[in-house]
Amino acid sequence: MTTFDPYAPSRETTEGKVFSVTGGDWDSLVQEIGATKEERVVVNMGPQHPSTHGVLRLVLELEGETITEVRCGIGYLHTGIEKNIEFRNWTQGTTFVTRMDYLSPLHNETAYCLAVEKLLGITNDVPERASVIRVMMMELNRISSHMVALGTGALELGAMGPMFFAFRDRETVLEIFEMITGLRMNMAYVRPGGVQQDLPDGAYTKIREGVKLMRKNFKDNATLLIGNSIWMKRTQGIGYLDLAGCTTLGITGPVLRSTGMPWDLRKVQPYCGYENYNFDVVTADTCDVYGRFLIRMNELEQSLRIVEQCVDKLEKLHGAPVMVADKKIAWPAQLALGGDGLGNSLDHIREIMGTSMESLIHHFKLVTEGFRVPAGQAYAAIESPRGELGASIVSDGGTRPYRVHFREPSFNNLQATPAMSEGGMVADIVAAVASIDPVMGGVDR
Amino acid sequence: MFGPKGTGDTSGYGGLVAKAATAGSSERPYGGYFDEVTDNLERAYPEFSDAIERVVIDRGELTLHIKAEKLVEVAFVLRDVLKFEMCMGVNGVHYPEQTGRELHAVYPLLSMTKNQRIRLEVSVADLHPHIPSVVEVWAGNNWHERETFDMFGIIFDGHPGLTRILMPDDWKGHPQRKDYALGGIPVEYKGATTPPPNDRRSYK
Repeated sequence: MTTFDPYAPSRETTEGKVFSVTGGDWDSLVQEIGATKEERVVVNMGPQHPSTHGVLRLVLELEGETITEVRCGIGYLHTGIEKNIEFRNWTQGTTFVTRMDYLSPLHNETAYCLAVEKLLGITNDVPERASVIRVMMMELNRISSHMVALGTGALELGAMGPMFFAFRDRETVLEIFEMITGLRMNMAYVRPGGVQQDLPDGAYTKIREGVKLMRKNFKDNATLLIGNSIWMKRTQGIGYLDLAGCTTLGITGPVLRSTGMPWDLRKVQPYCGYENYNFDVVTADTCDVYGRFLIRMNELEQSLRIVEQCVDKLEKLHGAPVMVADKKIAWPAQLALGGDGLGNSLDHIREIMGTSMESLIHHFKLVTEGFRVPAGQAYAAIESPRGELGASIVSDGGTRPYRVHFREPSFNNLQATPAMSEGGMVADIVAAVASIDPVMGGVDR
Repeated sequence: MFGPKGTGDTSGYGGLVAKAATAGSSERPYGGYFDEVTDNLERAYPEFSDAIERVVIDRGELTLHIKAEKLVEVAFVLRDVLKFEMCMGVNGVHYPEQTGRELHAVYPLLSMTKNQRIRLEVSVADLHPHIPSVVEVWAGNNWHERETFDMFGIIFDGHPGLTRILMPDDWKGHPQRKDYALGGIPVEYKGATTPPPNDRRSYK
C-alpha cells in the first residue's frame, strides 16, 4: 500500500489503473507502476510537452520502452481560419492564411495568391519584379523555417548549442523581413496581383550582407552536428520511411526527398518563375532522420544561392511595378512608411481627399467591398519548407472567397508518425516527429 | 421624371446579386495532357461514360465529376494504370442551393511519374451524405477524410475510423457548412459598435 501522492494520484478505471502525473515525486510513481501486473502501459504525451513540437498529443502504447502503437491527437490549435476567410474579402484573406503555418507565412500567402490569381486569370500579368520579390522572400522564409526545424529538433534530442546558433541565424532573416514588410512574421505582404509594397531603400545591401553573414554562420551548426557521434546515433536509421510509404501516405518535402526522390515543385512544376534560377534539388538516400537533417542543412545553401540571384535581378528591375496594372484589382496606392509611423501614402490621400472624387469612390469601393473574382475553383501548389502546400479555392463570383482549403504538408505528413516510430524506442519518436517538422498552426488551421 | 425610384437607396449597393455560374462539361479537344488522361482512362475503364458525369476544363485544370458509388473503382484505375500515385487529400465544399447535390468532395491527384495533376469531384445529397472512402487506395487520405467529415458531415463509408479530428469529439454540427453561423459578438469601441462578421453587409 502506497501513501497518497498529491502530484501523482491514481484511480481504478475499467481500462486499468490510471495515473495522473503532474510532476513531483517520480519514485513513488515508478514504484506503484512496477507493482502492477500489466506489461502494457499507455502513456499520454502532450499536448503540453516540450518535445512534441507544439500542441501535439501523442498516445503511446508501450511495452517496456518499445512503442507498439502510436496515435496522434490534433486539433488543439484549431482556429477556424478557413471558415473566417469566407467572411472577409479576397485581399483580407492573405491576413488569415499567413497565420496558418506560422513558420512559413510567406509560403501560405503566395500559395493563396497564386490560386486567387489563377481564378482571376491574371497569372501572367503579375509583374516580374513582384514575382522575384516573392521568390526571394519565400527562400529567406525557407531558411528561417529550416532554422527552427533544426534548432528545435536538436533541442528536443538534448543538444542545446545548435538551437542558439539556429535562432541567431533566423534573427538575420527576421530582421530583413522586418525591414521589408514591417513585421517579423504574419506579414500579409504578398497580395493577389503582386506584393503589398516595394523594397525600401537599403534593402539590397542589407540582404547581401545578411546572405554573407548566414553563409559564414551556417558552418557553426554544420561542424557541430554533421559527423557528431551522439547526433548520428540519435538520428541514423531512426524514423525510417521509404518511397512506397511516402507515396501511399502522400508525403512530400524533405521526408520524400530523404528517400532519394528528387521531387521539388520548384523544379518539376515551377511557379513564380523558379525555372529562371540556378539551384539544385537536395536529396538523401537514407530514408531516416539523419537524411532529412542533411537535406535541410544543404537546402539552406541552395536558398542562399536563389536569394543572391534574386537580388541581382531586383537591382536590374529597380523601379519596375510590384503590383498588377489592373486598377480594379491592385490596391489604390503603393503604401509607404511615413514619418508618423503609419503606412499611408500622403500623395494618394491628397489626391482622393482634395482633387479627385472618382479616385475617392474607387478607393472606397475597392477597400471596403473588394474586387470580384469570377466563379470557379483553382488549386495552386507550391513547395513550402515542409512539402506541397496546396491552396484549393472556390469562388462564386462574389467579393469574398466561397471556400478556401489549404492542403497543409504538416497535417498530411504527421500521419507518418505511426509508420516511422512503431516498433522503435520511446526516445526515438521525438526524433521522428522532429524530422517531419510539423507546425501545429498549419496542422490545425 | 426625377428623384429616386424603388427603395430610394442611392448607396450603389442595391442588394445586387451576382449569380454563380457553374462551368458545364467541356468540349474536346481539352488541350495539354488532358486529352491523353481522359483517353487512357476511357481505355482502361470501360464504364467511363457511366461513371464520369462531366469532364470540366477550367483555368487550365481538369476536373472529372464522378458518381459517388464508382469513386473507388475509378480511383484504383487512376492509381494503378494512369499512375496517379498521390492523392493530395480531399476537401469539401457546401453548395446549399444545389438541391440534391449540396455536398461536394474534391480530390486533387498528382502523378509524380508523369508530372500531371487532375482533380476528382464527387457530389452527394445533404440528406444522404455518403461517399465511399478512398483510404484503401491512398492511405494518406485518412486524416483528410476525417477532417472533411468533421467540417462538412460527409460520411466516408469504409473509412477505418471516421471520427472528428479538429473539433472536440462531442461537438455538435459541422462548422464549415454554409448553414453553420460563424458566430462572434458585437464589439464596441469609442461609442461605435462593429457587428460580428456574420451580420456585416455582404456584397455578394
